[in-house]
Amino acid sequence: MANTTKGYLDMQLLRFTTAGSVDDGKSTLIGRLLYDSKSIFEDQMEAIELSSKKKGEEHVNLALLTDGLRAEREQGITIDVAYRYFATPKRKFIIADTPGHIQYTRNMVTGASTANLAIVLIDARNGVVEQTLRHAYIASLLQIPHIVVCVNKMDLVDYDEEKYHEIRNHFMEFAPKLDVKDIRFVPISALKGDNVVDRSKNMDWYKGSTLMHILENIYIAGDQNYVDARFPVQYVIRPMTDEYHDYRGYAGRIDGGIFKVGDKVTALPSGLESKIKSIDTLNGTLKEAFAPQSVTMTLEDNIDISRGNMIVKSNNVPENGQDIKAMISWFNERPLAINGKYSFKHTSSDLRCMIKDVSFKMDINSLERNYDDKTVKMNDIARVEIRTTKPIFYDSYRLNRYTGSFILIDEGTNETVGAGMII
Amino acid sequence: MTNINHLRELESESIFVLREVAAQFENPVMLFSGGKDSIVMFHLARKAFFPAKVPFALLHIDTGHNFEETIQFRDNLAEKHGVRMIVKYVQDSIDKGRAVEEIGVGASRNVLQTVTLLDAIEELKVDCAMGGGRRDEEKARAKERFFSHRDEFGQWDPKNQRPELWNLFNGKKRPGEHFRVFPISNWTEMDVWQYILMENIEIPNLYFTHKRKVFQRDGMWLAFAPFMKLKDSEELIEMDVRCRTIGDITCTGVTVSKADSLEEIVEEIAATRVTERGGRSDDKRSEAAMEDRKKEGYF
Repeated sequence: MANTTKGYLDMQLLRFTTAGSVDDGKSTLIGRLLYDSKSIFEDQMEAIELSSKKKGEEHVNLALLTDGLRAEREQGITIDVAYRYFATPKRKFIIADTPGHIQYTRNMVTGASTANLAIVLIDARNGVVEQTLRHAYIASLLQIPHIVVCVNKMDLVDYDEEKYHEIRNHFMEFAPKLDVKDIRFVPISALKGDNVVDRSKNMDWYKGSTLMHILENIYIAGDQNYVDARFPVQYVIRPMTDEYHDYRGYAGRIDGGIFKVGDKVTALPSGLESKIKSIDTLNGTLKEAFAPQSVTMTLEDNIDISRGNMIVKSNNVPENGQDIKAMISWFNERPLAINGKYSFKHTSSDLRCMIKDVSFKMDINSLERNYDDKTVKMNDIARVEIRTTKPIFYDSYRLNRYTGSFILIDEGTNETVGAGMII
Repeated sequence: MTNINHLRELESESIFVLREVAAQFENPVMLFSGGKDSIVMFHLARKAFFPAKVPFALLHIDTGHNFEETIQFRDNLAEKHGVRMIVKYVQDSIDKGRAVEEIGVGASRNVLQTVTLLDAIEELKVDCAMGGGRRDEEKARAKERFFSHRDEFGQWDPKNQRPELWNLFNGKKRPGEHFRVFPISNWTEMDVWQYILMENIEIPNLYFTHKRKVFQRDGMWLAFAPFMKLKDSEELIEMDVRCRTIGDITCTGVTVSKADSLEEIVEEIAATRVTERGGRSDDKRSEAAMEDRKKEGYF
């Protein structure tokens, strides 16, 4: 909490996800990061000391810091995505803390959707197990740019270097099946604090960075797509006042690329062209704006643009079509209905779609494809073919996580039943 | 340079959420308490819709147990920015027999606000109420969504929340149901103060050091108001204090402090070792106090 008035204007935001089961020491690791970065307050500490004592535990259980809802405290499990926050002088961190068991795949997918980095925990005594692959696969499917594999509980294998390398090599055998650019490994003990924030005195053989050093310094500015300029229009601003009588501003969040005043742009789906006249904010006008800024643009020409439309640079337009192929993650107890109709939410547009076919289901434990079983149930991941009621403008998810993603909504219950990544 | 700092990124995210509310709902209101979180939320709303006015009304659930300065600040803000301020009184709910006043030492109208709020939502046909709740405040809030669905009884079901991915927010609902939306979910107390400093946002003087009559209860300093009952052992002292949070006066602790500028407040928060809700006696009622209140429809 050293982020005082001096350097706070230079701090960056890093979002990361953690996946692991109770036994992997995930909660202990998060507790350790919060504790060693001095992000735990006295009253929080007192509360968990009291709970630890009530349960008859010998040490203060740092895992208790992250147990949110009463049902979880009673059952001793984490059943949803919980968000945690801490900061160092360099960065503010948002942790999407998700349970790791297979029945919580949907939570892992949710937590991963906004993360820059994923921490995959391995218990050094057990090595790479099914769950490890599942976590790594989900990180890869959701295109998290960086994975840090933490080989935890090194204290229980006598800080053995060979054991660490064995696990690392085993993991790397599967790496070619994953679509991740940056994988790093750190041997740690979350319980004892080795290589989490402070460098371990028990593992001289490890010359790499501590976990905190990676989190604070990993280069993330390059993770954004600054090439393909995409601006889904979220809302049209019409002040209707004397001062701004004819003002028509297009408000939205830039989903990719850089827009400059004077840029030649095309509005989709109309295809009409214009130029950016101004980029306006309450604090004054901007010459340029880029992802992920929320801005308001005005155009030189008065063309009809509304919510659900997209403004792009004229020399770089996204794909468009009604028939899309996607990987989907299914969230609902009612299985996916082939030929079923769903609401389809993509960027700022709302339409409907029909599921035409399930190509295959992914066995996320073996990373094998299953072409025979087409029943997509809760927590399944599958490749599907979808037809939308109108053409959509999109990029492949690999190119852009925001113009390449969508959610499916049950038209009867209004529940979010699935999430998709366009291929 | 294609880099923005953490505050600008949080700001962009919140502005996105506020615009989604304006686009997806027919009759949204913004809950306004006069505290720093709702002030920041309103500031973000001004940014989201500039140069147009904020396209929804503010709603204050008034317990009647306020700091006088808060009410002054609220009315000035509404006038300055030309926004409609709706005020609903807990006293009215009590008079109508909808809510029963707590009695005795430690009595608070904090819980009663839920009744007034839910009645207001029904009466005004509000389909979305935005609140300044933050996930870092309390354990039960850590799992709250940006778009939080409430059934026709205004209740929150923590086990049946809609998954929220990327920036796709599902605000679909049936008639009679409503949403609570929390645009500053991802902000921490420190982010809020740094942002107030960065943007030089006007806040009530209560947040800065001032002399006030206070008394100590359960290890906390509480501000004194004429309707409060003191125990025999409690004594009133005048001290230099400031508010770290501003809520109902009966349950808002004050901090002994000499900080009289935003810079000093940020430095004080950086050095502090107790959470801001550590000064809220409403959370101390039980380990799951916040979770229970939220299920019933609290903010």
